[in-house]
Amino acid sequence: MSTPLIEFRDVKKCFGENNVLDGVNLKIYEGEVTTIIGLSGSGKSVLLKHIIGLLAPDEGTIVYRGKPVSQMTKQEIKDALSQMTYMFQGNALFDSLTVYENIALPLVETSNLKKEEVHKRVMARVEQTELTEAIDKYPSQLSGGMQKRAALARALVTDPKIVLFDEPTTGQDPVRKNAILSLIAQYQRKFGFTAILVSHEIPDVYFISNRVLALYEKKIVFQGTPEELEEFDHPFNDEVISSLESLQKELTGLYSKRQFKVLNSAQMKRKKSGEAYAIVVFTLVDVDYIISSLGPDVVHEALRRLCAYIDKHFGIIGGISTRLNTAEIVTMLPHADIEEAQSILEDFVEDFQGQGIKDIWSWAGVRRLVAMSGSVTFTIVAGIAEGKPVTKIETVIDAARTNQKEIWSATMCRQGVNI
Amino acid sequence: MSPTNGCNATDINEEKSIGRKLTEPFAAIGRAVINWIDTLGSATIFLFFALWKTFRARQLSKVIHQIYYVGATSTAIIMLISLFTGMVLGLQSYHALVTFGAQGAVGTLVSLSLIRELGPVLTAIMITARAGSAITAEIGIQRISEQIDALSTMRIDPLRHIVSPRIAAAIISFPLLTTVFDLIGMIGGYISSVMLLGLNAGVYMNSIQANVDLRDVTDGLIKSIVFAVIVATVCCYQGYFAHMRKDSHGAKAVGMATTSAVVISCVLILVSDYVVTSLLM
Repeated sequence: MSTPLIEFRDVKKCFGENNVLDGVNLKIYEGEVTTIIGLSGSGKSVLLKHIIGLLAPDEGTIVYRGKPVSQMTKQEIKDALSQMTYMFQGNALFDSLTVYENIALPLVETSNLKKEEVHKRVMARVEQTELTEAIDKYPSQLSGGMQKRAALARALVTDPKIVLFDEPTTGQDPVRKNAILSLIAQYQRKFGFTAILVSHEIPDVYFISNRVLALYEKKIVFQGTPEELEEFDHPFNDEVISSLESLQKELTGLYSKRQFKVLNSAQMKRKKSGEAYAIVVFTLVDVDYIISSLGPDVVHEALRRLCAYIDKHFGIIGGISTRLNTAEIVTMLPHADIEEAQSILEDFVEDFQGQGIKDIWSWAGVRRLVAMSGSVTFTIVAGIAEGKPVTKIETVIDAARTNQKEIWSATMCRQGVNI
Repeated sequence: MSPTNGCNATDINEEKSIGRKLTEPFAAIGRAVINWIDTLGSATIFLFFALWKTFRARQLSKVIHQIYYVGATSTAIIMLISLFTGMVLGLQSYHALVTFGAQGAVGTLVSLSLIRELGPVLTAIMITARAGSAITAEIGIQRISEQIDALSTMRIDPLRHIVSPRIAAAIISFPLLTTVFDLIGMIGGYISSVMLLGLNAGVYMNSIQANVDLRDVTDGLIKSIVFAVIVATVCCYQGYFAHMRKDSHGAKAVGMATTSAVVISCVLILVSDYVVTSLLM
């Protein structure tokens, strides 16, 4: 692997008697989204503040692009820090400045850009974070979620190379939470910056993370991909991941991919070799186009509603569901064969068509629909396949994908919705 | 260990304990003095850097904004206080001097009292109460809500952005407000002694003109500049380091810092008034 962008070697930090970091070793690579997870008060923010230079380690070395910070000249440190921005957990917006002034501040104070150019850049970020109506308001006049978005806009306005996000989605509703994570992922792909996040949003944050670092008992106990973390055998997984995942299950009715795998293998062990089970795969078609037309929050709201109905119909008979990726949800029915699954799916479709997304016009955002030039079609397809304990679940999921048929569709345009 | 040795060890410990108790007050005084010198040193460095950073780019608009906040918005209250201070001075000095038939010196007494002492001192105390406490609270809140850290992460020097304009504004505003105080105070003296008590207007004005030197005015203005530096530094310093207070944390620390700023500023104004006066005499 290439030289890490940032590396911690045996970093220790104490505040008086309180030892927060005790021999932390970690590597962060350029151009990746790295998420630091851990329990509250475990020192994640302290770790981020060491990266941005707000705190210095008591012992150990921080290495930037292969060179220890202690050996860097003042100018080198200044240049390195100039490429970074930090989004604070408490937002740290200036309460005597308006939202616009807050976002413009780093440009006004540190660049020689003309007023028009500053305005253009600020307004671009304001629109992307949906703060157009709040630009003249003061932070105290905004909701917690809006303040978070203003802080996000300020962190991104200088087009930084490295962005540190300290719990960027805390205090957001599920729609905005996913929208912010999507925005971070979208920006990261577009501008190629290195994102370092502190987050509790498991498993949502996995979808945008290249690497995950687990901070547990003052040390980094895991560094690797989200998939590798699912296989990681450590008390951290039981204490942290499981508690966060069960909260996620309560909120959405879906299991994490790790829980899905564990539950699936437990079910398969109990079954005799000849007993069948069914898999249903739901997909929201053409997600990228819908995101580009209406924004990521609309897609997430559609999927959230779909998840709620899946849990309502399939969860009650022992179905186990998980989100495979941004647009796909898979449900395993361990005690149903293909005919029973088909019958449940028909009931589901009838209910979903009647109640599920009938108020799509209101939650998709009338304002955005009015601004839309063409039309956007929401299509949900579903497919069923039967599996046996001897068959690999991935094979059954692929078979269900090939059997997918349209179960619901709605076209949205400026004039309204045609379901 | 033999019982005798054990007794000796206990005696030695008791002696040490008594010795510690006796020296403890001196140690506490020593610690307080060291702490005070330490704070004085860091406040001086803080002032030096803040003044140095005043002459950087993009500072003028911030200084003007602070002059408005510290100076212009304090004008009304300064005028009100100075008017009544002058009126009381006129009233008291008239009644005191009339018994000796020296009421012609009322103008001199009122004007010199105001220009040399009361003008700079009362103006400084009023601005401390009105703007100084607000400066400490504002900077303290910015500190505990991580706004100052946010400035650092944006490569904006917090000292330059927050502290320098306030100190510069105080140095400009204090002498101007002191001049306003002196002028309105003398008008107050005129109202009470001439308009209400019947002193001859020409006598009042002439006594001022004849006895007030330019030196009196410049001495008063020098004092006001010294007070400006003290008040602005103390108030900014207390707010800037509110998070490092050992006696409290969070919002309470901001409250304590504000109280400390006002008390320390007022005490230092009066102490430095004596020192500066004796140097200028």
